[in-house]
Amino acid sequence: MLGFRLTTPAQKFVAFGVIALGLLVLPFAVEALLGRTWVRIIDVALLFVMLALGLNVVVGYAGLLDLGYVAFFAVGAYVYALLASPHFGIHLQFWALLPVGALVACAFGVLLGAPTLRLRGDYLAIVTLGFGEIIRIFLNNLNRPVNITNGPLGITLIDPLRLGDMSLSRHYTLGDLTIAPVHSYYYVFLACALFSIFVSLRLEDSRIGRAWIAIREDEIAAKAMGINTRNVKLLAFAMGASFGGISGGLFSAFQGFVSPESFTLLDSIMILCMVVLGGMGHVPGVVLGALLLTALPEALRYVAPLQQSWFGEVLVDPSDLRMLLFGLALVLMMLFRPAGLWPSRVRKREFAEG
Amino acid sequence: MDIFVQQIVNGLVLGSIYALVALGYTMVYGILGLINFAHGDIVMVGALVGLSVFHALSGSGLPVPLVLLLAVGAAMVVCMALGVSIERLAYRPLRHAPRLAPLITAIGVSILLQYSAALVWSKQYIPMPELLSPTRFTVLGAHVTDLQAAIFLLACGVMAGLYWFITKTRVGTAMRATEQNKEVAGLMGIDINRIISLTFLVGSGLAAVAGIMVVLYYGIGHYSMGFILGLKAFTAAVLGGIGNVRGAMLGGMLLGIIESLASGYIGDLTGGFFGSNYRDVFAFLVLVLVLVLRPSGLLGQASGERA
Amino acid sequence: MRIFRALPIITAAAAAIMLSACGKEEATSAASKAPATADQVVIVKIGVAAPLTGPQAHIGNDIRNGVQLGVDDLNAQGLTVGGKKVKFELLAEDDEANPTKATTVAQKLVDSKAVAVVGHFNSGASIPASKIYSDAGIPQISPSSTNPKYTQQGFKTTFRVVAHDDQQGPTLANFAVRKLGAKSIAVIDDSTAYGQGLADAFEKTVKELGAHVVAREHTTDKDTDFTAILTKIKGTNPELIMFGGIDPQAGPMAKQMASLGIKAKLIGGDGIQTPNFIKLAGDASEGQMASMPGLPKEKMPGGQEFMNKFKSKFNADVELFAPMGYDAVFVFADAMKRAGSTDPAKFLPEVGKTRLQGIIGPIEFDEKGDLRNGPITVYVVKDGKWEALETVVPGGAPSPQAAAAPKIPAGATQAGY
Repeated sequence: MLGFRLTTPAQKFVAFGVIALGLLVLPFAVEALLGRTWVRIIDVALLFVMLALGLNVVVGYAGLLDLGYVAFFAVGAYVYALLASPHFGIHLQFWALLPVGALVACAFGVLLGAPTLRLRGDYLAIVTLGFGEIIRIFLNNLNRPVNITNGPLGITLIDPLRLGDMSLSRHYTLGDLTIAPVHSYYYVFLACALFSIFVSLRLEDSRIGRAWIAIREDEIAAKAMGINTRNVKLLAFAMGASFGGISGGLFSAFQGFVSPESFTLLDSIMILCMVVLGGMGHVPGVVLGALLLTALPEALRYVAPLQQSWFGEVLVDPSDLRMLLFGLALVLMMLFRPAGLWPSRVRKREFAEG
Repeated sequence: MDIFVQQIVNGLVLGSIYALVALGYTMVYGILGLINFAHGDIVMVGALVGLSVFHALSGSGLPVPLVLLLAVGAAMVVCMALGVSIERLAYRPLRHAPRLAPLITAIGVSILLQYSAALVWSKQYIPMPELLSPTRFTVLGAHVTDLQAAIFLLACGVMAGLYWFITKTRVGTAMRATEQNKEVAGLMGIDINRIISLTFLVGSGLAAVAGIMVVLYYGIGHYSMGFILGLKAFTAAVLGGIGNVRGAMLGGMLLGIIESLASGYIGDLTGGFFGSNYRDVFAFLVLVLVLVLRPSGLLGQASGERA
Repeated sequence: MRIFRALPIITAAAAAIMLSACGKEEATSAASKAPATADQVVIVKIGVAAPLTGPQAHIGNDIRNGVQLGVDDLNAQGLTVGGKKVKFELLAEDDEANPTKATTVAQKLVDSKAVAVVGHFNSGASIPASKIYSDAGIPQISPSSTNPKYTQQGFKTTFRVVAHDDQQGPTLANFAVRKLGAKSIAVIDDSTAYGQGLADAFEKTVKELGAHVVAREHTTDKDTDFTAILTKIKGTNPELIMFGGIDPQAGPMAKQMASLGIKAKLIGGDGIQTPNFIKLAGDASEGQMASMPGLPKEKMPGGQEFMNKFKSKFNADVELFAPMGYDAVFVFADAMKRAGSTDPAKFLPEVGKTRLQGIIGPIEFDEKGDLRNGPITVYVVKDGKWEALETVVPGGAPSPQAAAAPKIPAGATQAGY
């Protein structure tokens, strides 16, 4: 693709250095060029990178179609929100809370996985969809008779990430540079996203990763080869869910507010599309998918002024246009490039064979 | 007792609509093994086309039955054309692709339909003009309107007709043969593509009828009305045994009744802990339980492959 | 691969478009700058953020249109602030009723140098966005978010021009029990922050007044079938049914009440007091009641005129919150006039001191940014039209003492939700 290969260690080192430096200055460069909006969009995109990587474990590696993935995101978000806000008056530290969120999401993953292990393909999709909706409905209604989640009102004033006196919700100055919350969160999210990428890549090549792929390709053959399909599938659900749990916690801290309407079916479908459009089972593809699908809708907002200048009026609401293009992209991708924009070689071959 | 009978009546009317929509899911699933996520949105298109006709003709002085007939006709033509073209353009090229591909395409088509409808009909809630004034009568202590009765009877009639069509006619037999084994059916001289198109044609026609019923009964139409209705109907199809026409009818009616009774009585049964706010949970719970305990549904044949 | 071959063409086309767009933009901004030096016209950007797509788009667009009308009217009047002519420009952003998008949109408005924002529609969007406006020091007036928490976060920049749930609910309850003499009432909500908040506040006051809440049921803001809960309610034989929610549900609900033979009347809040409710419920709307903050529109100075202008401009009836959006723009303009500046840092303190006669009634804020208790009017559908039945002024005329009182239940309601 690149036209040349990085062979010598020195070349690799330089390339790595350039990328690292690029990522470090990215938020400030983006702010200077496009405004702070885009720094925020990148923050959100990084959260979605984590989510998409988590779903990729379930859909991409293990081949289990999950249409309710946002439920785990919700669980993580609510665990953080409930234990670090004035709602119950509990203010735990984030380094304790994020793992708790991951664990609870993990438990929900197993809870969903266990009864649905026998199902495959479309049926699993529908059951997971139902599961996602059930979680949302419960979050919306667990305010009576005992108020646990505060219902549709959601939870406000959630603690930001902080360590000792350092709080990420404050502005800091470094010489001439103002480091706003969006910048601080960028670095935290970047670190988490990079860690997720690292874990995903390592998983892919591990014994478990290969077992997942074996199950995806042919479950019966995998079983015959001595893979404990039940445990391995459960592990996929648990693993994917814990990614969602952690990003949920980060989301809570970043937004300072959670309510059930952040976790709808459409969000689940969005995350799925990131995985699918990017390239199922291929980490760089999934990352690309997440970044593209977060940034593109925002970029499309700029279409309205263009229409205004061309036709003198806004013919198609930019947000309608966004959804139309989005639907069209899904259909066209599946028709012409089913393995995704940036597929792994194995996956590409598979789709070509059909 | 009156209340109980009334809840059953409520459930049957709701169930009639679920059943008609479920038929579309079940037929497509039976023949292609695909959850046609866009089916609920075809119902929506049918409903909105019907509304447009009602609005255009409500002041024209034409007799009401004629207006109704024209609306149903227009909705059916549009939906059928839509259904068949969606199959032709989006699903047919993917017939041999991995299962995930057509499923994701279906989600894409669903989004496309919704937002195209938003462009055509705007995003407003569209009210139904005053066309019918239902009269009420009492059956076993429950109130029933003639509209409700008509919906129920029409749904039953349509379903009986469909059942006859599938079991007794040549084309119906061809459809069943295709469902069982496409290759062999092809060898027997059945034009598979034609049969699949026909399935979409019939399913979309039924969706149009269901859409008109929704509009007449609830008096409201909206571009996003199809998705949840579609999900419920799919649940009904699974409950009855997907791929099974009689199952879809039974599943639809049952789901309607379950929802009615559950939201009516759950509060009393659980001492007020669960209320009618969990109504949608019941539908999904039914779905999960059926899939886990009896994946072939109530009337389906046990089949290892689907589960 | 075909896509890749086409890529250069697409890129070239995109570049051309962008260039031409930039060119145009420069041309127009140069054109607008030229008279600026001559006539001293200052362009002031006002943001509006609401769901312009999705199931709530009709209400979001209603707000946008209301704000647009406000901006147009002000521009037509020719506003002068600090000796300079001011021209308002509207930046409309779609928050999709999604909390995450709401923060992005908020940041975008801040980046685009909006000096004030009208929005958002949903409390779920207004609350996370309020943090960003507060950081930027830009005043935000929500035309519609009724969640009490919105103004309880301690931000100086958050205001609303709508009665929150703890204000409208009790008034409605008072009317139901005292005026209508209802002793047994059934309450339904739509499981949203708005509907449930209103219904909870209503239920609480009804109980305090000694009436009986015979059933408490719930539906969702997407449902159209209420026969099951209505049948259950019918079994409890209420004299009145209160619905906390909006018209797409209330319309079919009234219809289904009629077909189930329920004789009790339906009463609701401002989410129902819309022309759409009458269209959706048809004949079944007759005799149903709903409250709306403010005086009856025909009694408002400029109220009927507003409706007419709105209708002729947008070819649509006012749905719900357009008047609030319209008034919010005037609140900003008024504050700028008094501060003599269009700088948010200068006119923000003046927003809190607003005393304005708006379409929705007298507008004054308390120290949290909530609307001081203004009048609330209860309407009834008569011959297919909303007709004012009675105007209730809670605690007499809006005075500081009277307004301070309803804030106390804020903590209590939090426990109650």
